[in-house]
Amino acid sequence: MTELLIDALSWLLMALGGGFVLIGGIGALRLPDFYTRIHAASLTDTMASILIFFGIILQAGFSLAALKLFAIMIFLLLTGPTASYALANAALQSGLRPEKPTVTSTGRDK
Amino acid sequence: MYRSNQQQGNGKVLHIAALLAVLMVSWVLWSGLYKPLILGLGVFSCLLSTYLATRMGFFRHKFPLRTLLRLPGYWWWLLLEIVKSSIDVARVVLSPSMPISPTVVELKSEGLNDAGKVILGNSITLSPGTVTIDLYKDTFLVHCLTKEGAQALQEQEAQRRVQLLGLN
Repeated sequence: MTELLIDALSWLLMALGGGFVLIGGIGALRLPDFYTRIHAASLTDTMASILIFFGIILQAGFSLAALKLFAIMIFLLLTGPTASYALANAALQSGLRPEKPTVTSTGRDK
Repeated sequence: MYRSNQQQGNGKVLHIAALLAVLMVSWVLWSGLYKPLILGLGVFSCLLSTYLATRMGFFRHKFPLRTLLRLPGYWWWLLLEIVKSSIDVARVVLSPSMPISPTVVELKSEGLNDAGKVILGNSITLSPGTVTIDLYKDTFLVHCLTKEGAQALQEQEAQRRVQLLGLN
C-alpha cells in the first residue's frame, strides 16, 4: 500500500515537473523579448528540475543513489543561476537595454 | 577592505585541510571503486581542486560553521519562495492576455560580504520571475517579469534572510 502511495506521489511530481518544462517552453515562445524569455527559461531550470529530481529520488528509495541524486540537484541549482547571470549580464554589457525604465529603490524609506 | 577580515596562519590551514577532507570523502562515496589507480586519480583531482580554490581566493573570507548549520533553513525558505513564484509565472505565461509588466529594480545590499552577495544574487535568479542582470559593488540590478514581483523584492525579505546566515 505504501509502495503504491510512494509511486503515485513520485509520478505526480514527475508529471508536474514535465508540465513546468512545457509551460517554460510555451513561455519562451510567447514572451516578447530576451529578458522576459529568461524568466520562462528559469521556470524550466529551477521548478521543473526540483520536481523531477524529487520524483526520481522517491523512485530510488532510501539509498546512496537517492543521496547522489539530491547532490546532483543541489549542484544544478547552484550552477544554473550562475549561467543565467552570465547570459543576462553578457546581454546587458553588449548593449541590450531592458525596455522599461529603471525603477530606483532603496526599499526601506518608502 | 579585504585585509581587515582576511584570515591568517593556522585558521587558513585548517580550512584548507577541511576542504581537502570533504572532497576526498565525497570522491570515495561517489566512485565506490577502491582500485589504486582510481584512488590515486581521486587524490590528484582533490589536490588540484584545493589548489585552484586557494588561487581563486576561496579562503579569503571565513565561512563559519554557523552558516553551514543555518543553510538548510535558508534552503527551505527559498524552496517555498520558488514554488510560490513559479506558480505566479506559470499563471502569467498561460493566461491569454499575458499580463506582464517588465520592471528593472536596483537593490542595495549593505553589510554583505562577497559570499553573501553571491548567495543573494543566485537566490534572486533562482526564483522564477526575477533575474539578477548586474552586480556592481553593493548594487544589484534585477529584472522582474511583473511589477508585483518587483514590489515583493523591494520588501528586502531576501536580504534579511541572507544576513541571518551570519556570514560576516
